[in-house]
Amino acid sequence: MRGTPVNFWLALVVKVGAVLAVALPVSLVIIFGELKISAHIQSRIGPYFAGGRWGWAQPLADAVKFLQKEDLVPGAADATVYKLAPYVVLMGTLATFVIIPFGPDLVPENLDLGIFYLLAVSSLSTLGVLMAGWASGNKYSLIGGLRAAAQLIAYELPLVLAAVAVAVQAGTLSLNGIVEAQATSEIFGLSLHLPYLFTGQVIGFAIFVVASLAELSRIPFDMPIAESELTMGYLTEYSGIRFTMFFLGEYAGMVSLGAVASTLYLGGYWVPGLSGSALNIVGALVLLGKVMLLAFVFIWMRWTFPRLREDQLQTLAWKWLIPAGLVNIVATAIFKVVL
Amino acid sequence: MTQLDPRVAMHMSDAAVSVALETPEMTLNIGPQHPSTHGVLRLVAKVDGERVESVEPVIGYMHRGYEKLAEVRTYAQITALVNRIDWVAGFANEIPFIVAVERLVGVEAPARAQWIRLILTEMTRISSHLLFMSSYPLELGAPTPLMYALREREHVMDLIEGMTGGRFHPNFNRVGGVKPAAGGGANTKKVIQDLPAGWLQGTRDAMDKVDAVCDELDDLVTGNELIQARTVGVGVIPAEKAIEFGMSGPNLRASGVGFDLRKHEQVLPYDRFVFDIPTGANGDCFDRFVVRLLEIRQATRIVRQAIDTIPSGPLQAKVPRILKVPAGETYVRAENPKGEMGYYVVSQGDRIPYRVKIRSASFSNLSVLPWLLADALLPDLVAIMGSLDFVLGDVDR
Repeated sequence: MRGTPVNFWLALVVKVGAVLAVALPVSLVIIFGELKISAHIQSRIGPYFAGGRWGWAQPLADAVKFLQKEDLVPGAADATVYKLAPYVVLMGTLATFVIIPFGPDLVPENLDLGIFYLLAVSSLSTLGVLMAGWASGNKYSLIGGLRAAAQLIAYELPLVLAAVAVAVQAGTLSLNGIVEAQATSEIFGLSLHLPYLFTGQVIGFAIFVVASLAELSRIPFDMPIAESELTMGYLTEYSGIRFTMFFLGEYAGMVSLGAVASTLYLGGYWVPGLSGSALNIVGALVLLGKVMLLAFVFIWMRWTFPRLREDQLQTLAWKWLIPAGLVNIVATAIFKVVL
Repeated sequence: MTQLDPRVAMHMSDAAVSVALETPEMTLNIGPQHPSTHGVLRLVAKVDGERVESVEPVIGYMHRGYEKLAEVRTYAQITALVNRIDWVAGFANEIPFIVAVERLVGVEAPARAQWIRLILTEMTRISSHLLFMSSYPLELGAPTPLMYALREREHVMDLIEGMTGGRFHPNFNRVGGVKPAAGGGANTKKVIQDLPAGWLQGTRDAMDKVDAVCDELDDLVTGNELIQARTVGVGVIPAEKAIEFGMSGPNLRASGVGFDLRKHEQVLPYDRFVFDIPTGANGDCFDRFVVRLLEIRQATRIVRQAIDTIPSGPLQAKVPRILKVPAGETYVRAENPKGEMGYYVVSQGDRIPYRVKIRSASFSNLSVLPWLLADALLPDLVAIMGSLDFVLGDVDR
């Protein structure tokens, strides 16, 4: 990194390209998955014709359609902020991909402060949502944006607390370090080599997944959008490419939070008995598989549950998840010292 | 603005800020175009953040002037109008009107026609309640029960269409009987009209499917803890309040009042059948949901009995071709899926009525909204409004 400037810019372009090349296609796959899985949950068929077989091209067709739509800015909107908001949302989401390790060497930037950076950056997208809600000049959008802000404050804490327990157990904040720590994990002197989900972080994982759902504003925590109450919340006034960016941001967020949860709790890219370049290739696929599994769980919940009420959401965060997260940290620390 | 003396400014910075933070209430126009107002209802809500301080329903966007239109149409034409009042229960709207006319004329439909009317009314009730089963979870944010409920509702709609020729607007009743769609045209005089072949067996099969989807909805919705968290204890209407506001139908019964016109008025021969009137205990949104679910089960029970006991005979009593209704007036009310539906018909001995006053259930049920929604939360507003299950055509007429 600290070599010649040419190398720096070249590396930057390659890494940004790599992040986009991973995040966007995987998001499209998850969008397609949501279309099909929701259809089967609802005893429908789902997209069928676009692209020939199983309607695989439906997300692409949707994207192309959205791109053709007029990019409307309401007269009452604060035009600059309104136009900027989708970029902030997408930026905040894509920035988290920077530190996600897809293999021992397949990581755009292996930061020592990995988790810290991750949790800081993932909050950015909520800022974008708040901007969108405030600048739209629409009361429904405003309520949606403020709900999103309240939700962020409530659910960022359990997310951090759950991640702190992992950091304590692994003894590092680097995501690569956490994966390696899981690969060599021991309990009672036995080398189990098991992911943290199976070695003490069950509660942490549950907290992390619930908080991720809330961060992503997906049902049962989709109050910022809440179609039946707020029409579409902060998205009400958006159309065309800016709506597409919000939409992509949501699914890219699902990929990134799913990848983080897989890294922290499910062993990340690690495959027993592999190392070196083999692990780089197989590990990336394994991680993607775990992301898809989590995404399936998210989709499954989305199409099964109704949404909670705003006060119930806050109750869940402050009375249950945060105390549970604190207890989890203390318990992890005690085990760490005792064992 | 004058420059403050620095010493005064210093003191002011010490002074406690006593100005209360002002949070003026916001007027939120919910509707007439809104995903959860079931049409064109407009609610002018004064909200303070998430809390709704007061709500004023504005109705009339759907007013079509049916009472006035009825004054320039013959009795046979009016059934086509009353069909469209509560459009998810078209057939049930026709019954009280046609019975009112029959009482004025002094004819009674043959037993077989009465049984068919009763079966179709109950099937309309099933279809209307299944629509509620699908839309209410959707309003709470759960999109999946919609598909399950509508899938089985389609069987019922198909049967109604097979019998009457119309899915939503059957226009099926005649003064003194019913008129199946099959056998129209030149054959009407030669062929004795009756039910389509296999219709009764098809109905029996459909009832099994409806019962099955009731079990499914019981699992998916009634037993869902998040649904319970959103609905139990929300929008409670005590029995005396429900009566004060003139509520009727499942909304009234959910508050614990076991009043059902099927038991109290003999517009159709309900006294021949065994069925229960499900009532709720608390009058909250959850009870209103459960009462409707139980009513579907009771309706399938009634339909099964009616299929077993349907008498044979003609479908139409003898009435003059040009029907002049003798002067007089009468009021007939019956249990619509939404509640009490009544028609006050005044005749002056002409081919057209002098006046038709329509009493519809949704209008009275909706009148509870300002009282019920005062001081509710914004998400509860949608939950409560949906639980009352009104149709805007039934409100405005």
